[in-house]
Amino acid sequence: MTARRFISPAILCVVPFFVVFAAFQLAPLVFVAINAFRVGDGWGLAHFQEIIASAFYRQAMWRTLEIAIVSSLVGIVIAVLTCYSLTRLGGRWRRLLIAFTNMTSNFAGVPLAFAFIILLGANGALTLALQRIGLFEDFSLYSRSGLMIIYTWFQVPLGVLLLLPAFGALRAEWRESASLLGAGRHDYWRYIGLPVLWPSIAGTLTILLANAVGTYATVFALVGNNYNLMTIRIANLVAGDLFLQPELASALSLLLVGLLATITLVQQRLLRRSHHVTDH
Amino acid sequence: MSLITEPRSTAMPARDGPTTSPARRLRLHVWIAIPVFTALALPLLATLLYAVSTRWGATLLPDGLTLEWLARLWSTPRFIAAFGRSLFVVAGALMLSLVLILPVAFLAHTRYPRLDRWMNVLILAPFAVPPVVSSVGLLQLYAGGPLPLVGTPWILMLTYVSIALPFMYRSLINSLRSFEANELMEAAQLLGASPLTAFFNVILPNMRLGIRIAIFLSFSFLIGEFVFANMLVGTRFETLQIYLFNVRRESGHFTSALVITLFVFILILTWLGNGRGEITAPEAGDT
Repeated sequence: MTARRFISPAILCVVPFFVVFAAFQLAPLVFVAINAFRVGDGWGLAHFQEIIASAFYRQAMWRTLEIAIVSSLVGIVIAVLTCYSLTRLGGRWRRLLIAFTNMTSNFAGVPLAFAFIILLGANGALTLALQRIGLFEDFSLYSRSGLMIIYTWFQVPLGVLLLLPAFGALRAEWRESASLLGAGRHDYWRYIGLPVLWPSIAGTLTILLANAVGTYATVFALVGNNYNLMTIRIANLVAGDLFLQPELASALSLLLVGLLATITLVQQRLLRRSHHVTDH
Repeated sequence: MSLITEPRSTAMPARDGPTTSPARRLRLHVWIAIPVFTALALPLLATLLYAVSTRWGATLLPDGLTLEWLARLWSTPRFIAAFGRSLFVVAGALMLSLVLILPVAFLAHTRYPRLDRWMNVLILAPFAVPPVVSSVGLLQLYAGGPLPLVGTPWILMLTYVSIALPFMYRSLINSLRSFEANELMEAAQLLGASPLTAFFNVILPNMRLGIRIAIFLSFSFLIGEFVFANMLVGTRFETLQIYLFNVRRESGHFTSALVITLFVFILILTWLGNGRGEITAPEAGDT
């Protein structure tokens, strides 16, 4: 049989990929999931209890959520407005700005943190300029508000690139029909534009939230271990200077993955409900 | 998921709504675009200016311009070595990814649709599991035991296969779809070619552009990777990102020159990778 002769070498071609993927993507996750319940020589929930009982870890979780939610919401609002603005700009400007957005979305991690130090650090160009006119007197890039700015900065290009195709799907005819039927610009967005965009906006918001929750490099390059976030705590527990506690790190990691899963589930629930609304 | 093609410009409302009086209302989008893109450009501009300025103390603008920092950067052996190491790791990872993922994408597209559905779930894994979490497992699995890889460049190459997967797989599938690989495969086999011959002589040459895009996209993503490089290897094999991290407290001008060099390098690669107007969105990148 020719079919059978083709199948066996074909399967062999796929095996190496799955071996590597299993060993370096799946195995670490499984290992973390098992290790989180490892207490001494036995098993138990002691690490989770320790995390819940500790004000320090509760603060890390709270701050992770806080910065993720704030930066994602601000980011998505700016991204939606920017996409709107891009669709209305002329062809050449639009192409240029999209290419630029693409460029900035590649600018992340340590270089990004460094660029912000140059701009908004204690002696940053913009900090000095703003202080001269009496603004930003007690601003610090290395504080919560500084991190909020930098998070929002990297969320916007990502949001724009993910949302732009959805804006492309808005037909010019819909706007014209709406306007013929007497709808103003406000009515058009209220009853047509935003409902059509809503699933994409919700999906993009989920990705932004996940992006912010998992962020590590930028914060670490900026403040080291001095801002209390879940990713910072996890990394410090397995690669810090003292007291390595891989099991506790695993438990915290599992909570982080659980948080990401919850965000995705909530988004899908919201999306399903919005489909019901638009169906009727 | 990670590759988004720019919608045809005809699908976009190119002109303003019919009832708008151009003088006043047309400008709303411009009033949005100017502050947003200025804010996005500022950190880049400041770094660029810093990299080419002689001294920039407590003043709004630098004292003078110079290329001294860039020259000094390119005559620093430690930088050249780190650059070389980065290229080595990334090139190795890309070669490995291509060899491993290309057959999977090809078979998923031409033979096993079920495999494609599986792959579409698997490519979400690098986004669902942050690098920090993966590192916790990797550090314990490969620190000792039968595969003591932690601290060597090999663990980075192997780990990068899975984080490059979404970029690679989507670009390759898009490429296969673009020239209808299925029909070409059938035609070649009808003409008497064995599946292997058909793959190497018919499919592969057609995928040249797709492979190029896949490689350049993943390249600019991987060369900026910091979390795995720092946690799994660190200073034991100093790559560009680790070097940048280690010298970030030294002369700001020198480090700016480093950042700008890296950025221009990534820019050229991205440009080579999608010179035809495609938008690429690295989803949940290495931030």
